[in-house]
Amino acid sequence: MNVDELYQTIILDHYREKHHSGLRDPFDAEVHHVNPSCGDELTLRVHLTNGTVGDVSYEAEGCSISQASTSIMTDLVIGTSPEHTLELHDEFLEVMQSKGELTPDEDRFEDAIAFAGVAKFPARVKCALLGWSAVRDAIFQAQVKEQK
Amino acid sequence: MDVAALREQFPILSRTVGEYPLVYLDSANTSQKPTAVIDAIAAHYRDHNANVARAMHMLGAEATEAFEGARAKVATFIGASRPEEIIFTKNASEALNLAANSLGAALRPGDEVVISVMEHHSNIVPWQLACERSGATLRWFDVTADGRLDLEKAASERLINERTRIVSLTWVSNVLGTRNPVADIARQAHAVGARMVVDASQAVPHQATDVAAIGADIVAFTAHKMCGPTGIGVLWGDYDLLASLPPFLGGGEMIEIVEMERSTYAAPPHLFEAGTPPIAQAIGLGAAIDFLSGIGMDKIEAHEHAITEYALAKLTAIDGFTLLGPAEAVERGSAISFNIDGVHPHDVMQILDSRGVAIRGGHHCARPLHKRLGHQSSTRASAYLYTTPGEIDALADALVFTRDYFAPKFG
Repeated sequence: MNVDELYQTIILDHYREKHHSGLRDPFDAEVHHVNPSCGDELTLRVHLTNGTVGDVSYEAEGCSISQASTSIMTDLVIGTSPEHTLELHDEFLEVMQSKGELTPDEDRFEDAIAFAGVAKFPARVKCALLGWSAVRDAIFQAQVKEQK
Repeated sequence: MDVAALREQFPILSRTVGEYPLVYLDSANTSQKPTAVIDAIAAHYRDHNANVARAMHMLGAEATEAFEGARAKVATFIGASRPEEIIFTKNASEALNLAANSLGAALRPGDEVVISVMEHHSNIVPWQLACERSGATLRWFDVTADGRLDLEKAASERLINERTRIVSLTWVSNVLGTRNPVADIARQAHAVGARMVVDASQAVPHQATDVAAIGADIVAFTAHKMCGPTGIGVLWGDYDLLASLPPFLGGGEMIEIVEMERSTYAAPPHLFEAGTPPIAQAIGLGAAIDFLSGIGMDKIEAHEHAITEYALAKLTAIDGFTLLGPAEAVERGSAISFNIDGVHPHDVMQILDSRGVAIRGGHHCARPLHKRLGHQSSTRASAYLYTTPGEIDALADALVFTRDYFAPKFG
């Protein structure tokens, strides 16, 4: 298996310079997700404003795949609706679990299309999903809080 | 020791990964198996398979003889005074859980259990559970900056004292490679009336072991790291101590008479072996011991020492390489953990794998140790009797490639 298929330039670029990194206030929900097999850890905050995902901020330590995936995810979801974010999550999950059969829609996924190759490396799928699972969890928690 | 001839007895070592020969440097995780072990397991299933102790037919007798014969081989291999001191478990973790449950059953509030920050999770969590159940307090040895047990700090804070009931320590660290002075610690433990448990998972496969010389009360290790199969671990215990302990798991084989209200129990080792034991695995372990003894544990230790010395010199010369653990091959096993600047261990592992080099990245079931050393995780290369200097060279080359792949500043 050619690792260059896994480590696309886009992924390495985001790994070296993460977008929206750092924890910021205000926020409605904060979650902590880990990948116990390799020790990746992610603290992620979501702030909802007027029905949109106003901010996603995070502090993370982990491999290039998990870091780049989280960075690209924030680019894609900040300023969109929570519903759109959850839809993207579900589509991304489906692509990741497809063992390379599916490719993400370029218009909707932009830089995240670079992760199509990750789906061929089953051990790394969890890394690519870490940030997406965290943002989904945080949005649900923020929504529960809003309804109270 | 003719390593080239030895390697021919491990069919898996001739595999390739794409265009690269397999370089297996993950033996601290699990070792590879020689043909003698693979064949012994196959022969058991093909020609002698039956349950042990309870099947009264010819095959049952053969299986029982082979199973108990394996127990005797283990006893001789580690210097136990009798085969009944050898308990077969499913792995070292179960052996340590057995110790924490049966030895830990006497713990009371105010008692103290001492471990170290360099333990594998399997020698931390069972004692946390034992302390939660009993109200005893868990304490631990710290490590020095170069990854040795901090004996001075332990002495100054009177870590081992009159409240200590159990000390449980790894003989050789699975991350740092550090070999701990377990015989000295055992003396300290016994001086205050405490029992000494030793996790020897990373020691027994690599060096001659004499349980009497280390002075422990209980020693745990596992077969799959010493050329044997997975699915079987060993707990050695002083016979009189074992005979005084309550059982761990209940079931068939460990009983004497079962009434509906209560039961009486068998004597050790069967007291601690509820249910059908890992029979083929015990026979495989016996074959592994014959194999290792045929080579000689002293020769294996000398070979690994030379490899470790070579690897430490070669790897620490790489720009951007940070070693976790002792930099000198003194009182040290062959596990070498490290980090490469700017590259996460998971990525190191991936790139190395693409070049045929199998190592492990992560916290190696020792998260507290990594936290203590200020590393989130690490990459570990670990050698065994079949490792060659050429494989260390392949590792070093692959690490330089990996560093340059991720960190353009080196490229």
